[in-house]
Amino acid sequence: MARVVIWGSLKPHTGGRSEVEIEARNVQELLARLGETYPGLQAQIKRGVSVSIDGLIYREGWLQPLAPDSEVFLLPRMQGG
Amino acid sequence: MPLDNAPDSKRKFNVVGTRPLRPDGIDKVTGRAKFGADASAPGQLVGRILRSPHAHAVIRKIDTSKAEKLAGVKAVITRDDFPDHTDGDAALYDTMYNIMAREKALYEGHAVAAVAATTASIARQALKLIKVDYEILPHVTDVDEAMKPNAPLLHKKMFTDGVDPKPKKPSNVARRFEFGHGDVEEGFKKADIIVERSFKTEATHQGYIEPHAALASMSPDGSADLWCCTQGHYMVRDVCARILGIDISRLRVTQSEIGGGFGGKTTVFIEPVALALSRKANRPVKVVMTRDEVFKATGPTSSTSMDIKIGVTKDGLITAADGTFRYQGGPFAGCSPAEFGAMSAFAQFHLDNVRAIGYDVVCNRPKTISYRAPGAPMANFAVESVIEELAHKLGMAPIDFRIKNAAREGTKSSYGPVYGPIGLGPTLEAAKNHPHFKAPLGPNQGRGMAAGFWFNFGGQSCVSLNIPTDGTITVSVGSPDIGGSRASMCMMVAEELGIGYEHVRAIIADTSSLGHNDVTDGSRTTFATGMACILAARDAIKKLCQRAAATWGIPEDAVTWEKGFAKPAGANAGNFAPLSLKEIAAASPGTGGPIAGHHEFSADGAGVSFATHICDVEIDPETGASKIVRYTVIQDAGKAVHPSYVEGQFQGGAVQGIGWALNEEYIYGKDGRLQNAGFLDYRIPVCSDLPMIDTQILEIPNPGHPYGVRGVGETSIVPPLAAIANAVAAATGVRFTQLPLSPPRVLKGIEDAKAKGKKAA
Repeated sequence: MARVVIWGSLKPHTGGRSEVEIEARNVQELLARLGETYPGLQAQIKRGVSVSIDGLIYREGWLQPLAPDSEVFLLPRMQGG
Repeated sequence: MPLDNAPDSKRKFNVVGTRPLRPDGIDKVTGRAKFGADASAPGQLVGRILRSPHAHAVIRKIDTSKAEKLAGVKAVITRDDFPDHTDGDAALYDTMYNIMAREKALYEGHAVAAVAATTASIARQALKLIKVDYEILPHVTDVDEAMKPNAPLLHKKMFTDGVDPKPKKPSNVARRFEFGHGDVEEGFKKADIIVERSFKTEATHQGYIEPHAALASMSPDGSADLWCCTQGHYMVRDVCARILGIDISRLRVTQSEIGGGFGGKTTVFIEPVALALSRKANRPVKVVMTRDEVFKATGPTSSTSMDIKIGVTKDGLITAADGTFRYQGGPFAGCSPAEFGAMSAFAQFHLDNVRAIGYDVVCNRPKTISYRAPGAPMANFAVESVIEELAHKLGMAPIDFRIKNAAREGTKSSYGPVYGPIGLGPTLEAAKNHPHFKAPLGPNQGRGMAAGFWFNFGGQSCVSLNIPTDGTITVSVGSPDIGGSRASMCMMVAEELGIGYEHVRAIIADTSSLGHNDVTDGSRTTFATGMACILAARDAIKKLCQRAAATWGIPEDAVTWEKGFAKPAGANAGNFAPLSLKEIAAASPGTGGPIAGHHEFSADGAGVSFATHICDVEIDPETGASKIVRYTVIQDAGKAVHPSYVEGQFQGGAVQGIGWALNEEYIYGKDGRLQNAGFLDYRIPVCSDLPMIDTQILEIPNPGHPYGVRGVGETSIVPPLAAIANAVAAATGVRFTQLPLSPPRVLKGIEDAKAKGKKAA
């Protein structure tokens, strides 16, 4: 199970939890299951998110594989100038 | 996908790291380069846009009948010409609303109609004949005022997202973000000294010299061409096609040379308008913005209001850091970079207890758009000002205080993930050892410093590399060159192929020639598109080796590539004279046809970036005017492909930060109208205002790139605001908490401090 850490203001959508565990093979599955399990997160996922997997930020990377013990941080979709 | 081929630290480069002449230099200095407004087409019309004079108003009715009857007018368009094709995509709907107002005009300068006419004079006359019936509404332009419960409301259906429970009343606060870890309240209990301050910064514009320009030509069959200056012509294509309701493949966008972008050209403004006018007039239409329009209707960055609280032990260890960051983003939700301000604010520190709260607020101002490291410079100003003040209270040298609390490999960042190898510590140490740091100061002078952070990212790139029969190379990329990327692309291709830089030419291909390329932003192009160039060159090398193998009649894997030649891999492969790139290319028509290399991917592994800046400022105590007398930028570039361009990025970011810190600001009247929409009244720094900006490039290889490259385009604008504010504080003895540090503000601060001192005496 990947450990997913969400940012603070999303906690109301996960029952106040800042960390949740999700069974997923890759980022795409992880986001889909996050949205299914916590429907309140769907709006943010639709708006756009990036993820950090074990310290490395992926702006898109939907097919990036997740190890069973991966630590994933949900981040707002990266922007730049 | 990140590459698994981490940089070879022992690799000796032949081309990368040198400083060849820039390929676009001669065209630009001789005036031959074609910028956005230089495009023309047979029979083209002049497009002009009518803009709201009101900061906030309902548009009851638009009467275009008189304008349409004017001789020479070929098309008039309004909101009615932009039916909603956005299919529930809120961000796209807002983009469409921004390029042509719908129910309401949301800021002064908001487009409400446009005309295409045979001459500029007729177009201007036609604009005067359009009658717009406005119902003027109360407006708000200040972020703190906009957050008050009784503020004029921009959107009746905006309920703050990110708070629990969700509000029942609408407000101008679109979203709340919170990042951090640990327990800040517990952390503050352990602190011996706590400093708590509030800060404000004004909106600044990216200040590119070239105004937006677009030439659109749409045929009756629905196919269209667009020439424009942009940081991302694929983005322009996709957004325009969706707004106009046409297939993406029907629209070809060609990017011109660009006279600056800095994030401000990462969206559309006039491009869909030019296309809609061309569609209606059935003629090509060119729209070129005036400087007044650029200021009033294109994206500046946010104005902000921030509160910072940091606690330390008496031996200089930070126990807790807390910040609230209120950013206005113009009239639409999700446009301010509040979340990136909050995420980046404390990223340079190793913190056990940290909390950063961001508020995305709407106001009756232009829709903000990215500006180099969006959101980070303002937050850094606030945090690094408090850090400096804490160091003084502790009696510690600010540099030692920063080094003691610096983030390092293994630090849990303030925005969540744990850092891998990072270059902050080396930039701080390099600053401490820099001659600038020890140089004596003159009268009325002060020295300040700050360290800053930016994320960087990769993204989608597609590259095609062609080898004609003389063995020279054309590399086609889809990333607009806003900072010298064509030179860097050529250098990386030359490095891989083992040939001279002068044998490679890079061009920016139009959107029909290559697969999708993301916008040139996020400091991504030299990293991501450069990596695609390396991999396209490796693809071409594989094919060159195949041709050599076929020529020699040996297996493909028995051929290697070295310094521009195919060679047998070893004695067992056979005794053949090496074949040069030129020889293989010349023979290509008979050995299988043209040779080309390709690569397309979505790059990740960009690696975060840190910089430390040192600034000396001299204050005129009679006028409050500040002069930067010495400035040094120290930044990690991973590997500098073309060091002159890297230095240019460092210097450019510092200069824009100097303008932001000292002079630049959007000034609004009580009527909600911008008072200084021109470079005479909106003062950006010019050469005579500046010293030579000194630079020091550190090269700590990025494991996510085969040469170790990191993006360098944005981090350099993060520390200047704080470094300068800290220098002004050192020179005057007054801590300023509001930018810009314009002469009247500094003079008032000095005089207030004097008066306070007298009173105390």
